[in-house]
Amino acid sequence: MLNYLWSFMIIFSIIMAIFGGDMGTLTTEMLASSQSAVKICFETSGILAMWMGIMYIAEKSGLIDALASRMTPILNFLFPDVPKNHPARKYIATNMIANFLGLGWAATPPGIKAMVELQKLNKKPGIATNAMCMFLIINISSIQLISINMVSYRTSYGSVNPTEIVAPSIIATTCSTIIAIMFAKMMYRKER
Amino acid sequence: MGFLMAVSDYIIPTVCVMIIAYGLYKEVNVFEVFIEGAMEGLKVAVQILPTLIALLVAVGMLRASGSLDGLVRLIQPLVAFSDFPSEVVPIALMRTVSSSASTGLILDIFKTYGPDSFMGRLVSIMFGCTETIFYTMSVYFMAVNVKNTRYTLAGALVATVVGIIASYLLTVMLFGVA
Repeated sequence: MLNYLWSFMIIFSIIMAIFGGDMGTLTTEMLASSQSAVKICFETSGILAMWMGIMYIAEKSGLIDALASRMTPILNFLFPDVPKNHPARKYIATNMIANFLGLGWAATPPGIKAMVELQKLNKKPGIATNAMCMFLIINISSIQLISINMVSYRTSYGSVNPTEIVAPSIIATTCSTIIAIMFAKMMYRKER
Repeated sequence: MGFLMAVSDYIIPTVCVMIIAYGLYKEVNVFEVFIEGAMEGLKVAVQILPTLIALLVAVGMLRASGSLDGLVRLIQPLVAFSDFPSEVVPIALMRTVSSSASTGLILDIFKTYGPDSFMGRLVSIMFGCTETIFYTMSVYFMAVNVKNTRYTLAGALVATVVGIIASYLLTVMLFGVA
């Protein structure tokens, strides 16, 4: 995907600059952008490392598993088709908690395992089950507590209050997730 | 509104305290684990640097050649009925396809307008509630060989659109109009 997208962005810019006639600005910007990428990376690496350190404590102390095991009532509501004590539930819960804390690296492996387990319950392989649709819709609209990447980029660009967007972000993502769940529930009933 | 600001101020320290306290309660060597995690964090930062360079250069070239402004002018009529800034539309579209390319566009907004501008705040809030729909769907469904994904895409798009509208309304309510 990025293969074509990236090539297109660069080639298109050069063609536009030929007709627009300002190749000097373009060249200067190319050089300046690559340098500022390194600057941003170094400036944000401190915040990323600090946050990753804290999140490692959450992972190693078993906090993610502890929170995941409290998800039963929510899972009953979202995935009535998945039997209680089925392994899919544990993986779904872990994936959701990891996404909530913003731990992409800890969310994908249990997410894939959840899909594999859900597939075992699938009577028509090749066609997504309601549980799969619900799981992925929630995954994509995932509620995230703190978007640390955004906070660190905002810091790097000199924001006066980089964390001011945290609470509004939580509200916005909660709205989108609730509507997404309602949509999935509606489709669920319709197609049963 | 002041309450939301307070939540934003308190949330990061609160999460830190809770996680460290839980770690101590579970008798984890929190300092060592923190150091280990921070090292991982630094590795991640270095790993994404090449991608960041590639995309910031590409976005910088789009901006310098006037292509980005041209694109925004093309989009303008589509959002003219609302006050939604047309500069943000390419980011929302890009976000469904590629996380890193949309990050490049967001950083361009920060650079051009500043992170504390209306658009800077809007894209910051928006980023949290939109996802790389197509990438996520292909990774998860390919893992189990499911071809017919039924209403997953529709649901994901609904979530994204609602997220964008909610972000816009919240930005206007909390920080005022552009």
